[in-house]
Amino acid sequence: MRRRRRTDWAKWALGIYFVLFLIFLYTPMMLMGVLSFQGVYGAITFPFRGPVGLRWWHALFDSSLPSSHAAEIQSAGAQSLWVSFAAGAIVAVLAFTLSMAFRRKFPLQGLAFYVIMLALMTPGYLLALGTQLFWKFMGIDTSLWKTALGTNVVWGIPFGFLVMLAVWNRYDYHIEEAARDLGADQKRAFREVTLPLVWTGIFGGFLFGFTLMWNDYDRTVLLLSGSEASTLPVQIAGLTLTTAIRPDLYALGMATTLLSLFTIALVLGVVGVRLRLRATPVHKVEEEFGLGGGLEVESEAPPSSAS
Amino acid sequence: MATEGAATAVPSSSGVSGLDLVKLTKVFPGGGVAVSDVNLHVDHGEYVVLLGPSGCGKTTTLRMIGGHEFPTSGDILLDGESLVYMQPHKRPTTTVFQHFALFPHRTVLQNVEFGLKMHGVGKEERRKTSLEALEMVGLEQLSDRYPRALSGGQQQRVALARVLVTKPTALLLDEPLGDLDRLLQLRMRVELRNLQRQLGLMFLHVTHNQEEALSMADRIVVMNDARIHQIADPLTIATKPATELVARFMGDNNIIRGKVVEREGTRLVVEDDHGVRVSVQAPGEATSVGEPAMVAVRAAAVEVVENVGGPALNSAECEIVFVEFLGDLVKLHLTVGGERMLAKVPGERYPSFRGREGEKIRISWREDDGQLLHA
Repeated sequence: MRRRRRTDWAKWALGIYFVLFLIFLYTPMMLMGVLSFQGVYGAITFPFRGPVGLRWWHALFDSSLPSSHAAEIQSAGAQSLWVSFAAGAIVAVLAFTLSMAFRRKFPLQGLAFYVIMLALMTPGYLLALGTQLFWKFMGIDTSLWKTALGTNVVWGIPFGFLVMLAVWNRYDYHIEEAARDLGADQKRAFREVTLPLVWTGIFGGFLFGFTLMWNDYDRTVLLLSGSEASTLPVQIAGLTLTTAIRPDLYALGMATTLLSLFTIALVLGVVGVRLRLRATPVHKVEEEFGLGGGLEVESEAPPSSAS
Repeated sequence: MATEGAATAVPSSSGVSGLDLVKLTKVFPGGGVAVSDVNLHVDHGEYVVLLGPSGCGKTTTLRMIGGHEFPTSGDILLDGESLVYMQPHKRPTTTVFQHFALFPHRTVLQNVEFGLKMHGVGKEERRKTSLEALEMVGLEQLSDRYPRALSGGQQQRVALARVLVTKPTALLLDEPLGDLDRLLQLRMRVELRNLQRQLGLMFLHVTHNQEEALSMADRIVVMNDARIHQIADPLTIATKPATELVARFMGDNNIIRGKVVEREGTRLVVEDDHGVRVSVQAPGEATSVGEPAMVAVRAAAVEVVENVGGPALNSAECEIVFVEFLGDLVKLHLTVGGERMLAKVPGERYPSFRGREGEKIRISWREDDGQLLHA
């Protein structure tokens, strides 16, 4: 009895801890969502001022409303989206190809590994400063699509690379050898077997590259040129610094969060469908032995074992 | 070292038909010698098992034949043509890998079709051929499943069907039964052997399981430490081990280590430190009196003589250490002055040995059952 009671306490304690954890994680986000529905006099603090309304959500999309930042936010959003896609794609390709080299041992492999990882360890702001100095020294102007993108790719590569190392760690090289054995040349084996088995890892690299660029402020802010449209994080930071913070930023936060959730759901859905296709293992002795004569050609037809 | 048994075909005399390994050697970059100076001839239609403890070089040998490792020196000839510089996909060999290495993202049918697809066979034809192959292994019902939804035995059959559709000249099997339950292993042994007989193909099978080798092989190649120790038919391997390693690895051998004390013609008498004397026929051996020698006597050839008496040739007085009942037989673990001996007697005699640990008995064997070992 006593023993049972103790286990129950542990369960309750852990349950409460979990709930607190969830509150800690999600309350700020929900609070932001709630505050975005304030009326026209709304401010950025609780409680509400004025009626509930969609004023700030309108302001997010309609630049004709007074003091709306819709135009800047929209152009920054589009810019962010494209440059993040580019970062994701480049990180995916480079991290994947780099990891391919690490499938075999080569001289100075350990050093190469640490050099790749260095970009992950270096503080973002310092990396950006260094990059800025370097380009200035080379006489090349900073710009979003060159220096900012480049630095973010350098930052993203170790993440994508680590994902790929994990993938190769669980990868059965014999499968590739089997393909070679059955008549596939190196290119064919790569296309028919390797790529279909590791694309989820490559996609993981893409997501890292995308997300890091999408969220980055430290690096991008130093490596943009003043004249061009900036990315969303830089734009938001600019708004919070130069103008009063208003609930339309909350609406923006909510909108991007919802978009992220939708994307994640979509990806999980696609991956889930793919994995379900491959079903769960069957380990039934009856099925094993129910297959009758098997290899003996002269034996009668085996009983149906398809479940 | 590479001592050949009576049934061995001599490599060089066999002409151009079959597979020849010539002084095959593999040294890994770290300096580890995986395979050292291996010579072997395998005929078409022959079932050869490479047997040895893990790390003995048997798998590396197989991988060199399949083209997955590049030999450091030596040659691999198939029907007189060297395979060494041939890419794996061009070699007329295919491998059944240890964990089957099925393509997890393809259905059973697509797995089997793969080889034909790579060889440019049309869609209709490769489908028909693959279904026939699946029918041969009894899996046509499961052709739409993915490998993960199959049991170990079924995966094994898919792996077989997948390599057989490509009509290889030589089939290489790397521990093909290692992943299966024991019962299934026993059944697959028979099925695999039957299949090989029907197809008349050359099978080269790697295993560390002595019983599996004995039950399946036409010839067994015993390897250890990168070298071949003995090549012979299963009966010879089981009863006439050539080296101490083979005798120990095959198990249940009594090894009497001592000095030659008598020699008359081809017959030697060896005596160990505990006064056990064993006579052995050793034609063609130059060992002379006073030199060290080792003789193996199979545990199954040892008979138990109840009366305890004085010293005699091919006999030893032992103390029973442990009586192990195994159903069909009883293993008597014995000791002669600290030296371990083993006797196997039929299971029916268990009642007469039960509980007799610590007692003394006398064992004996016939001269013919002694086998002189090489170092």
